Amino acid sequence: MKGGLWRDALGQLRGDRAAMTGSVVLAFLVLAAIVGPVFIGFREDEIDWANMAASPFEADGHWLGTDRLGRDLLLRTLLGLRVSLAIALAATLVSLVIGVSWGALAGYLRGRADALMMRFVDVLYALPQVFFVIILTVVFGRGPLTLLVAIGAFGWLTMARIVRGQALALREREFVEAAVVGGAGTLRIVARHIVPNLLGPVIVYATLTVPQVILVESFLSFLGIGIQEPLASLGNLIADGAGEMETAPWMLAVPAGCLVLLVFSFNFLGDGLRDALDPRDR
Amino acid sequence: MSLLELHGVSVRFRQSGGEARELTAVDSVDFAIGEHEMLGLVGESGCGKTTLGRAILRLVPLAAGEVRWRGQRIDRLGQRAFRPLRRELQYVFQDPHACLDPRMTLLESVAEPLRALDPDSEAAARARLAQERLDEVGIAADLAARYPHQLSGGQLQRAVIARALVVDPRFVVCDEPVSALDVSVQAQIVGLLERIRDERGLASLFISHNLAVVARLCKRVMVMYRGRIVETGERRAIVEAPLHPYTRELLDAVPGIDAGARKRLLRKAARTHPGADETAPAAACAFAARCPHVLPRCRVERPPLQPAGESRLVACHRAGEWPGGLPPLAAA
Amino acid sequence: MPLLDIRALTVEFAGEPPVCAVDGVDLSVEARESVAIVGESGSGKSQLLHACIGLLAANGRARGSVRFEGRELLGGNAAAIRGRGIGFVFQDASGSLTPHRRIGLQLAEVASAAHGLSRDAARAESRRMLECVHLPDAERRLMQYPHELSGGMRQRVAIALALMARPRLLFADEPTTALDVTVQAEILALVAELCREFGMALLLVTHDLGVVAALADRIAVMQAGRFVETAAAADFLSGPRHPYSAGLLAAVLTLGGLP
Repeated sequence: MKGGLWRDALGQLRGDRAAMTGSVVLAFLVLAAIVGPVFIGFREDEIDWANMAASPFEADGHWLGTDRLGRDLLLRTLLGLRVSLAIALAATLVSLVIGVSWGALAGYLRGRADALMMRFVDVLYALPQVFFVIILTVVFGRGPLTLLVAIGAFGWLTMARIVRGQALALREREFVEAAVVGGAGTLRIVARHIVPNLLGPVIVYATLTVPQVILVESFLSFLGIGIQEPLASLGNLIADGAGEMETAPWMLAVPAGCLVLLVFSFNFLGDGLRDALDPRDR
Repeated sequence: MSLLELHGVSVRFRQSGGEARELTAVDSVDFAIGEHEMLGLVGESGCGKTTLGRAILRLVPLAAGEVRWRGQRIDRLGQRAFRPLRRELQYVFQDPHACLDPRMTLLESVAEPLRALDPDSEAAARARLAQERLDEVGIAADLAARYPHQLSGGQLQRAVIARALVVDPRFVVCDEPVSALDVSVQAQIVGLLERIRDERGLASLFISHNLAVVARLCKRVMVMYRGRIVETGERRAIVEAPLHPYTRELLDAVPGIDAGARKRLLRKAARTHPGADETAPAAACAFAARCPHVLPRCRVERPPLQPAGESRLVACHRAGEWPGGLPPLAAA
Repeated sequence: MPLLDIRALTVEFAGEPPVCAVDGVDLSVEARESVAIVGESGSGKSQLLHACIGLLAANGRARGSVRFEGRELLGGNAAAIRGRGIGFVFQDASGSLTPHRRIGLQLAEVASAAHGLSRDAARAESRRMLECVHLPDAERRLMQYPHELSGGMRQRVAIALALMARPRLLFADEPTTALDVTVQAEILALVAELCREFGMALLLVTHDLGVVAALADRIAVMQAGRFVETAAAADFLSGPRHPYSAGLLAAVLTLGGLP
């Protein structure tokens, strides 16, 4: 958006080894999740009767082994990664759009409007998320969309709080007052002066939200109220694997390893972004 | 009729802390500014001079009094109703690093009021007009395309001035526009303001804590202490024959760069006034606690702002005792 | 032997491109002498001070030699003389005061570290120092927090803090720039008085020639990392030799010559 400022941040990010490693690994994972399945010579539901619960060393043609039903584990993991990433990105998007505009407006307006808006957030916070998800699944059935709604409905709360805090501080800055003197109205000030100036912390928090959401999704799927078989997600793959831990440890190791890699690289990237976007360092 | 008139303007803030106390930042101030006039307002930080400037532009609410612009009351207008007036009344902020949005180029910042006040205007026309103003203050197009953090304080302050001028206002509050700058840059900005004053015939309220800067730019000067105007007059009279002890102190504080400056300063060292920051009782002269000429009467009776000669007002019980003005401390 | 002896000091900051803030300068300060470095922002004058006491930013590197009482300070030895040998006062007093601790505690902490005093003795010493810097009502101030004081009073506290360990040399980086004119004069007078009283040398950095006139025996004018003129302050104020210095002097606004 703003060439100069973002270029500076990018330059600093390039010098951060952990963040660069994180983003390379991340790019690889995303690419693998999107195009990887094409290159694997098995179909998603293809059952290999000759290799059931076969380890990577004995299974013929299955690089990372197969599960109980003889399905290719690499393929299932990549598809699971795809679903998990999609839900995470969608939920983060929801949290960005609703959380940022809600928080920025509350922080800028202050006073009664702020109090009302933030009490609403507090009320949502107080609802136990897992029960909410269970109710949703009872009403709408299990599936990725229900899960997305459930996670999205809560995901933006923390974002709204963070953004509101930032906006409260920003609206006291002199350039906001200068915009008032220039004749700018509320919406214009929020959109042009408040939001752009809190993008730094927002982007950082968003990169930290993605792994959080993936973990929540995995957790819910692990409990059996998230993504359901035959659809794979990292969560239900890990749940499956945990059941076979003693007889077929690779069934746990492969998706769990993938999850760990994903969460780590997001966190490294997030930390790097926090440093790069902090104007105090420049 | 004056362009801008203030009658009994007071601003109060609720102070946080133990008990809810009210702080009177501006205490029944009256003054008027004529067409093309640049009026100076001097005082130390916390005396309310910035609050007064902000109150005129409705950046803080008035507790009492009225502000009239071309005879019309404008202190009761809501933000929306006030917006058309922002074409005529503008503000130059003190800290150029703080009052420009760090995520906007100078050109974008300067063009913003044009867009905010007339959203239907054409972007190219706005940019052209903004650059015209920037050229006027000496910021070429290549600098205008940069972000605040890439530029020096002097360059930023020029852009801030351009932003105030871009809507062709009739009146500008200049709030300490040079005090955040290096001394050598201050001289350049003062020169720029002098030129703008002469070329545009703009009316303004020029706020500063430095009497030398104010006297350079403004024919008429007001001195403010703790929310009250303590002396008003023509600049020569104020500088050469100050009637209020506080004005004298401000004059003595203007840094000298001659060889005698050091001697004067060391003599002053013994005279730092204790208790200068205590809150004075409402009925007393606010300056009584640090005044070298204080009388018992000053502690119980607040001196009103009274005429003292031609176009001259002073709020001091003893002003009549030194019609020729208070002598400098070094000579006393 | 001078108290502080700077030889061929160069300060560079890594980056794209690298920035040379101080470019091979020499300067010495004798005991009890007060020297002012004058220049505009960005001329490198603050970086020079910071380099001497080892407080450069992480990407900064200092080369050359800085000797204080004969001891080399560059290369990580500066920490030992901070406070005890060289005290410092910055432009923004709130920078040297922790916002959420009572002033008395902050002063006493330094007092007991510097002189190995007991709690009560450190408190008494803190009070004495506040009286030294003419802070009215010293006893009550000890219990206050920095934000409860005005800018001028905070700067007085910062000076008391800097002098607690009785340094032989005081570094002052724009000590009055953030203050009101009337308060500026008071703080300048205070610094002058304390230097005399404590027998301290002063190395001062400022862009304000009024400050120079008030405090300095000798002056060094800095431009783009180099000294363009060094002179006795009185000579300099009456007739600067370098055109840049003359420009600085001409830029000072005074009350003379009003229309």
